[in-house]
Amino acid sequence: MMRELADNILDIAQNSISAGASLVEIGISVSHERDTVALVFKDDGRGMSPELVKTVAEPFTTTRKTRKVGLGLPLLKMTATMTGGDFSIESELGKGTTVSVSFGLSNIDRPPMGDAAGAFFTLVLLNPDIDFLFTYDYDGKQFVFDTRVIRETVDPLPLDHPEISAWIKDCLSQEITELHGGLFS
Amino acid sequence: MKSLAELAAIRAKMIEQVNLRKDDKVDTRIVVGMATCGIAAGARPVMLGFVEELKRRGIENVTVAQTGCIGMCRLEPMVEVYVKDQEKVTYIHMTPEKVARVVNDHIVNGRPVDEYTIGAQG
Repeated sequence: MMRELADNILDIAQNSISAGASLVEIGISVSHERDTVALVFKDDGRGMSPELVKTVAEPFTTTRKTRKVGLGLPLLKMTATMTGGDFSIESELGKGTTVSVSFGLSNIDRPPMGDAAGAFFTLVLLNPDIDFLFTYDYDGKQFVFDTRVIRETVDPLPLDHPEISAWIKDCLSQEITELHGGLFS
Repeated sequence: MKSLAELAAIRAKMIEQVNLRKDDKVDTRIVVGMATCGIAAGARPVMLGFVEELKRRGIENVTVAQTGCIGMCRLEPMVEVYVKDQEKVTYIHMTPEKVARVVNDHIVNGRPVDEYTIGAQG
C-alpha cells in the first residue's frame, strides 16, 4: 500500500502517460460534508478494450513484458474499498480512460493525502511535453492549474526549464497549502 | 494563482540566457526508478531532493529523469547516475538525506559514494 494518496496520484497518472495521452486531467475533491476524498484521472490516451477494462484492476493483469504482475490499480482499488469508498474505470479504445476512486475521509485506514503539490510538480517536471489539468476542490474552494496556460505564457521555454519549474513548484505548494488552510492531512 | 505576469517576467529574463547556453551539453543524467515499486518505497522525495540540490548549487548540465521498474523492487528507491564516458553507478535504498552527499561527492567531485551503491549493499 502507498503511504500517501499523493503517491497513488503519481503512480496512476503514469498509466495515462504510458497510454500516450497528450492531456491528463487529475481532480482531487475533499468534502467533509460527504465524508469523502475523491480522485479522478481522465486522459485522452489510447484507451482499453472492454475485456482489458474488466481485469485491469487485478494484480495479474499488466501490459508490461518483463513479468506478469502489475500492482498500481490493485493497490488503489484495495485502499478505496477498505476505507468504504468506490472504484471504477471507464475506457474506450482510441478515446481515453477515466479512473474514478473515492475514500472515506474519516476512515482510520485512509492514507493521508501527503504532498499533493509535490506529486503534481513531479508529473509536470518529468513529462514536460504532456499537458496536465489539475483541479483541487476542498469543501467547495477550488484551485485549478492548467499547464496549457503556463506553456502559452512561457513559450518557447520548456516547462522543465529550471526557473520555470521553480515557479511551478512554488505556485502549486503555496496554492494547495492555502486551500487546506494548513491543516488537512 | 501566483501571477502569470511574474511568470512572463521570468520568461523574458531567461530567454536571453537560453540563447547563450544553447551549446552547453548535458553530460550527466540522474535517473530515478519511478514505477509503482519505486514510488511506494519513497522515490518522489528522492527525485525532488535531487532537483532541489542541483538548483541550490546552480548546476545546470545535469538532467534528472525517471525510468520504470528496474527489476529489483526490494532495493528501491534506486537511482542510476550516468556520467559521460564513465560506467553507470547504481545507488540503492536512496533517501532524501543521502541526496546531498551524492550530488557533492559524485556529481560535483566525481567520486561515487561507494557505501550507497548496489555493489556495497546489494
